[in-house]
Amino acid sequence: MDGAFVEEEGRMNAIRRHAARNLPLVVTGGILVVLFAIASVLYPGFLSWGVVSNLLADNAFLGIAALGMTFVIFTGGIDLSVGAVIGLTSILTATLITGLGWHPVAAWPVALGAGTTIGLAMGSIVQVFRLPPFLITLSGLFFARGLAFIVNTESVGIRHPLYRSLSDIRLSLGPLELPFAAIVLLVVAAAAYAVAHHTRFGRNLLAMGGSESSAVLMGLPVGRTKIGVYALNGFFASLAGIVATLYTGSGNSSMGVGLELDAIAVVVIGGTLLTGGRGHIAGTMLGLLTFGVIQAAILFDGRLSSWWMRIVVGLLLLVFILMQRYLLLRKPRPAAAHP
Amino acid sequence: MKVKSPILWPLIGLIALVLVNAAFDLNFLKIVVRDGHLYGTPIDILTQGSRTMLVALGMTLVIATGGIDLSVGSVVAIAGALCAAMLQQGNGIALTIAAAIGAGMLAGTANGQLVARFGVQPIVATLILMVAGRGIAQLIVGGQVVFITNPSFEFFANGFVLGLPFAPLLVLAMYLATHFTLRKTALGLFVEAVGDNETASRFAGLAAARIKTIAYIFCGACAGLAGVLAASNIRAGDAYRTGENMELDAIFAVVVGGTALTGGRFTLLGTAIGALLIQTLTTSMYNFGVPPAVAPVAKALLIIAVSLLQSDRVGAWMGRLSRRRAA
Repeated sequence: MDGAFVEEEGRMNAIRRHAARNLPLVVTGGILVVLFAIASVLYPGFLSWGVVSNLLADNAFLGIAALGMTFVIFTGGIDLSVGAVIGLTSILTATLITGLGWHPVAAWPVALGAGTTIGLAMGSIVQVFRLPPFLITLSGLFFARGLAFIVNTESVGIRHPLYRSLSDIRLSLGPLELPFAAIVLLVVAAAAYAVAHHTRFGRNLLAMGGSESSAVLMGLPVGRTKIGVYALNGFFASLAGIVATLYTGSGNSSMGVGLELDAIAVVVIGGTLLTGGRGHIAGTMLGLLTFGVIQAAILFDGRLSSWWMRIVVGLLLLVFILMQRYLLLRKPRPAAAHP
Repeated sequence: MKVKSPILWPLIGLIALVLVNAAFDLNFLKIVVRDGHLYGTPIDILTQGSRTMLVALGMTLVIATGGIDLSVGSVVAIAGALCAAMLQQGNGIALTIAAAIGAGMLAGTANGQLVARFGVQPIVATLILMVAGRGIAQLIVGGQVVFITNPSFEFFANGFVLGLPFAPLLVLAMYLATHFTLRKTALGLFVEAVGDNETASRFAGLAAARIKTIAYIFCGACAGLAGVLAASNIRAGDAYRTGENMELDAIFAVVVGGTALTGGRFTLLGTAIGALLIQTLTTSMYNFGVPPAVAPVAKALLIIAVSLLQSDRVGAWMGRLSRRRAA
């Protein structure tokens, strides 16, 4: 399909379109490099492999949630429940392992199943009853957080030999020593990339986000895909919850409060259009690293308080959303442009 | 043909909830006069529900123009933090309240400009301030809980006028003022026109962008005033917890009250009933000894049930069902 388009439009045109399409990605990459360079100059010790591997490990569960969110945003939808689902799956995993003495290998599928079921239910309601995703997933947020508090309001520690041995794992990539959480993040990112950009499902997601009615007319399985994407995001969120238990060595029902906003910010900073139809998994990873660098720089500084993080992320959101507006307005298709 | 009022269902829900409560405990309805002031569970519900009612009032107008404002919770936090910080520095109460409402209007202006001028989707535009707002609030109070020592400031949330609680009276005045401004002038019609069909309203000569911006500014002002009430209620500026989940409650109140999320027609009375419904639900769950942890689950199921009832598809099913029965 791509080949036919390129021939028709001519090579130069294709290159120009390609550049415009990837502009947000390039901008994010540029911002990441500049921020990292500034932080390296300001704070001695910032420019090190240790910081890089910490960036990946500390943000592993946010990253996994953001990758799932990317799929949903591809379709023009949104999922506000991911933070709550992370809290639910983390406390569920910890309770099954510590409280009921389950083996982690048995507890994990239960947690993954719970998250996926919640996603499936929300997706079905959104699709069947044509209700706005933000309203239904907001209810999902309440529901999952409430369930988490019913399971246990206290933090539950996990002391299982498997958890201990997993936390000792280090993968050496040259000078880079990756802990287990970072490895999971990279594997999930590779899988997400393959699904988003090399399967029919991924293509359908972007097509739906571009124009749902066109996708229906083209005969794409819109209903199934939409329900599927919320289920998939539920799976990603519960996986993030499990990784969170690995990272902190405990389960906590209030884990991930407000994380959905960070995840959305990461996706948007990564250049994915919030209106759907355009975006890239690689962008989300760049967005995650940008987010991580800001956080690490604020930590390194020590004088800046953590709430600056929220303000800076808000400003970055503003910049990227205005940039997206500008790109959309320039698009030759008049139907999409607001007057 | 039957004429269906949009406030019928929320009103039935509210009455049913009150009856269930009264059936289990008649004291639920009891209002006593103590020291010349009214006390009782209904008064508590009105007082505690006043903040949600206020935020939902502004939210109704924004939703009527076809928008949404996710930032109200953060704006409440900003206004509350500003109150605490300004009173700590010895500013007068009038100036403090003006500043809090002004901050809310400023936030509303930013939201309105993004939506109306730059054409950013409302969810996205207000998400920015939802994220950044809490950071700004924490910046104002330096990341701490600042206590309010000025004794007269407490009056706003917990004071009494002629034996009646002040906060609900203030909210009532706001609702009446908004009602008369919108329904006794053409402004209400303009808002509905913009929400119903923006393009058509612009062709009809309405300044659609300006009307939208005004709705967001009004919503910000309501959130600012709610922040004053919140700070007065806890006698402190707590940037972390103030206004938490307020946006959810407000949107819920509007939707339950019968204003469609797609914009267009709105009902202020419905919103007020919707807000009271949530507060009654919260209070009665406490009364029944439901652990606070379970409360969100019940709320979530209620939101989903109400939105399902309002969806077109369920409406079509119901219509088919009643037609079949009639045939």
